[in-house]
Amino acid sequence: MTTQSRLKTSAMIASLAAEGQPTTSAPFGHALVEAAAADERIVGMTADLGKYTDLHVFAQAYPERHYQMGMAEQLLMSAGAGMAREGFIPFVTTYGVFASRRAYDFICMAITEERLNVKIVCALPGLTTGYGPSHQATEDMAIFRGMPNLTIVDPCDAVDIEQATHAMVAHDGPVYLRLLRGKVPRVLDRFPDYHFEIGRARRLMDGEDALIISSGLMTMRAIEAADLLAERDMHVGVLHSPTIKPLDAQTILEEIQRHPQRPVYVAENHSVIGGLGESVAALLMNAGVHPEFHQIGLPDAFLDAGALPTLHDRYGISTQAVVKTLASRISLTHAS
Amino acid sequence: MQPATHRVIAPTDITALRRHAYRIRRHALLMGEVQGQGYVGQALGIADVLAVAYFRAMNLRADDPEWEARDRFLLSIGHYAIALYAALIEAGVISESEIENYGSDDSMLPMSGMAAYTPGMEITGGSLGHGLGIGVGMALGLKRKQSHSRIFNLLSDGELNEGSTWEAAASAAHWKLDNLVAIVDVNDQQADDKSSSVLGYEPIADKWRAFGWTALRVNGNDIAALVEAFDSALESADGKPCVIICDTLMGRGVPLLENRDKTHFIRVDEDEWRIALKQLDDTYATPSDAAGSEHS
Repeated sequence: MTTQSRLKTSAMIASLAAEGQPTTSAPFGHALVEAAAADERIVGMTADLGKYTDLHVFAQAYPERHYQMGMAEQLLMSAGAGMAREGFIPFVTTYGVFASRRAYDFICMAITEERLNVKIVCALPGLTTGYGPSHQATEDMAIFRGMPNLTIVDPCDAVDIEQATHAMVAHDGPVYLRLLRGKVPRVLDRFPDYHFEIGRARRLMDGEDALIISSGLMTMRAIEAADLLAERDMHVGVLHSPTIKPLDAQTILEEIQRHPQRPVYVAENHSVIGGLGESVAALLMNAGVHPEFHQIGLPDAFLDAGALPTLHDRYGISTQAVVKTLASRISLTHAS
Repeated sequence: MQPATHRVIAPTDITALRRHAYRIRRHALLMGEVQGQGYVGQALGIADVLAVAYFRAMNLRADDPEWEARDRFLLSIGHYAIALYAALIEAGVISESEIENYGSDDSMLPMSGMAAYTPGMEITGGSLGHGLGIGVGMALGLKRKQSHSRIFNLLSDGELNEGSTWEAAASAAHWKLDNLVAIVDVNDQQADDKSSSVLGYEPIADKWRAFGWTALRVNGNDIAALVEAFDSALESADGKPCVIICDTLMGRGVPLLENRDKTHFIRVDEDEWRIALKQLDDTYATPSDAAGSEHS
């Protein structure tokens, strides 16, 4: 009989924050309320997931500007397009799986083909729920990257989400944002020079032993891993690339060429197919730049259900898994 | 309802509407001749509906298709573009000289209707089941702006197959969108076969009523009946969206095409276009003819 208790799937609603880590509650919802105070054009629309995309904060602040469209994602996107046609800036929310898989044609033909100003904000990106494939948007970026005119943003933390919300309002055109919801860690505060800008990647940490290029949740993991590796005299650079499309080609190439001998790890909370990793790979091939290249991401598979800490370890995207992957590679360099 | 003084194109009588319907049919045949094929059957079938919509029901400015106070006409069914181009030409939004460019490279009149190409084409249609949902969003937006403009969305019977149409129908009633008018062209023809064979659609009016709409069903080739239906739709302010279900005959007004085996995409031989135009002229030469069948 085992004495170790197994984690339960209910951990799916657990915060992504580590013990003692500062968090902000519903950063998207609060940032949208702030933005809406300054811009009358902003409206909120959801397909029966307002409470689960932090849009409820906006709905409470501006009930007359909130539209509950029912559990109908095709309608949500079409109606969002209609609102944008009439001059409003609709923030439409659902889960990433439903926007990407179910509503694709509606986003494509009603919104992006005409470059309409609709902001599609979707929770549960990648592996951020233990409910299994029905809720895990592990291939949403792969699906959306082929859609012309759509900007794709994968923010890291509460700081990124707050700033990205304002940046989306200022940006004229359709945006898909992968939302972390609920109590969201704040990690980018420690980099005072950082600010989010659509289409820009930024160096957060420097190090000559390896470079991690990351987006979303994996930038949090990359920073934590770099801190732990530094304690072992292994120095890892972290380049945060929260905009997946358009990719900041110039910054990524410059950062890689600053230390061309560094092995490059592209880390993303997404399938290794079609996301940031393959975007960077294509960029490097087209530019004729060929560093040692690795991907850290989710396998091309329908993932298991279970508790998130278990699953993050299983699929190699936990901090410890990242540390292990990089340490084994860097120790080879140090030994030679 | 908008005061009549707001109408830039004054309401016209039945005879004048018949004349517009004739000319819409004629523009469509001329465009069809340019390509040698196309959705001419649908255009001839829906011409009377478009005549009443554009020359009685709707507010628009021919020289300013983006006029904020205009009524918005959303063409879900992108392949009906030839019909809407004909109506927009007749309304003066598009120059008649564009007819010869229909469906050609770099034309403002592509085979399937797209917003970026054509003045007066409000949305990009063609992927069926989008128009009514976009209409719901626009109707909500118009109410937010306290605008008195209306949304008209032309759907086909085949488009009722799409689940998204019914998502939008439920929503329009939920939000009490009495500024939204749906028009369903029931010609019983879709891509593969007769619509009733592909996926039975009756009872259409009962379905819309069950979704909370006011549903009117008329002969869509009867100008007088259409005028009554559109007037009634515009006068109602009961907090309900309204659908006008129009039974139409593909090829209407051109016996050659009326009697041809019905297909989604009609092929017309080169020598038949002139015959078709002649037949259309003959049809309208007599006041009580089929194409103006308000008395039939």
